[in-house]
Amino acid sequence: MELEAAKMIGAGIAALALGGAGIGLGTLFGSYMEGAFRNPEAQSKLKVNPMLAFALIEATGLFGFVIAMIILFG
Amino acid sequence: MPQFDPAIFSPLLVWLVLTFVALYLLMSKLALPKVAAIIDQRAERIEGNLAKAEQLRAEAAGVLAAYEKAIADAKAGAQAELAKAGADIAAETAKREAEFGKRLAEQTRTAETRIKAAKTEALAQVKAIATDLAGGIAGKLTGAGVDANAAGAAVDAVVKERA
Amino acid sequence: MADAHSPLAQFEIKTLMPLDLGGVDASFTNASLIMAVVVGLVTLFIVAGMNKATIVPGRFQGMVEFFYEFIANLLKENTGPKGKQFFPLVFSLFMFILGCNLIGLFGAITVTSHIVVTFALAFMVITVVTVVGFMKHGTHYFSYFAPAGAPMWLMPLMIPLEIISYLIRPISLSVRLFANMVAGHVMLGVLGTFVVGLGGLFFALGAIPLAAIPLIFALEVLVALLQAYVFAILTCIYLNDAIHLAH
Repeated sequence: MELEAAKMIGAGIAALALGGAGIGLGTLFGSYMEGAFRNPEAQSKLKVNPMLAFALIEATGLFGFVIAMIILFG
Repeated sequence: MPQFDPAIFSPLLVWLVLTFVALYLLMSKLALPKVAAIIDQRAERIEGNLAKAEQLRAEAAGVLAAYEKAIADAKAGAQAELAKAGADIAAETAKREAEFGKRLAEQTRTAETRIKAAKTEALAQVKAIATDLAGGIAGKLTGAGVDANAAGAAVDAVVKERA
Repeated sequence: MADAHSPLAQFEIKTLMPLDLGGVDASFTNASLIMAVVVGLVTLFIVAGMNKATIVPGRFQGMVEFFYEFIANLLKENTGPKGKQFFPLVFSLFMFILGCNLIGLFGAITVTSHIVVTFALAFMVITVVTVVGFMKHGTHYFSYFAPAGAPMWLMPLMIPLEIISYLIRPISLSVRLFANMVAGHVMLGVLGTFVVGLGGLFFALGAIPLAAIPLIFALEVLVALLQAYVFAILTCIYLNDAIHLAH
């Protein structure tokens, strides 16, 4: 197999990590909605932590993105 | 990626250190103390106002207590005055009643004695008139003079009989 | 390397004025310019906001105080009263990263999308944390790697894990910020080339990626704020670990 093609495939596989981040974010906001609907008064208090978790979860997926970028352009 | 080009590392790092140290010094020496000062001042002002408000509240409570005490005192005074006046009036009334009763009894008594005297006098006069009348009537009927004493005795006997 | 139309071209460092400090390349670049501008803007923001400061704040002063209180509360909640001396550091970090993130969205080069910069900042944080830990606790600070309450037979496993997780902190801290910034800008760059490419093909087709750009841009503004916040809060959490030797 040519190196160039292998690089492309490798970068594509590395980008799959973002799927994990997607699942994580889905779980996070799903749980947040559930909590907010169950207890609407607490909604304003619950707003900050999901945002923090969003940033942390998204970062794990972006590590994969960085690997893909390094493979492609590094 | 341009980020992994080692040639850019040293200028980036040098300028990062320069600018970040400058920012840190500007923040810690110039900018943040200003903000801290005004926030502290505000906190102090709020605390001071709260303390003043608390003090004023305590003062107001004191004034209210004094006012309530004055009202209570006045009420008690008025009640005492009222009770005293009532007692005075009652005493006066009782005294007057007693005096009036005494005078009434006295007048009744004098009147009774006067009535009694008048009665005995009237009775005595009735006896004299009856004796005269009886003597006169008996003289006219019999045509002879009747002894005054005998007439008196007869009237007495009749009065006694009737009584 | 990347040509002018590549989405990576925006990360290119351009030397504005070559400079050499005793053999070290210290050229004044566009990134240097932006960092200096950010420092100037942040300082101007606070000093101008606090000029004629009053007890009852106006809008501008209220904004400055909002940032101040925000970081002060963050530090207080995460490190307690002992962390107060690190307030200028956390505040500078937050404002610097926030300024670089935001200014990068408006056309300037994004300094925080350079791994060297983010790694230097993260490395500085970890150095400060470690130095504080050793100053406060001396050699007792090593007990940090042996979590209290874990059974003895787990120690051979726990201690290497704790050491690795401690050493990996600067990497995760820097790569998180770097990756978020790069991803956002690459996404915007790719969408931009799509607009040109599809619009060249058929004019109306270019409208589809064009419509997506404001949405992605809004998301990137949120990410720029969040990443600065995350960097600051993680700094606070690490400081708390060092000050209180707690997990």
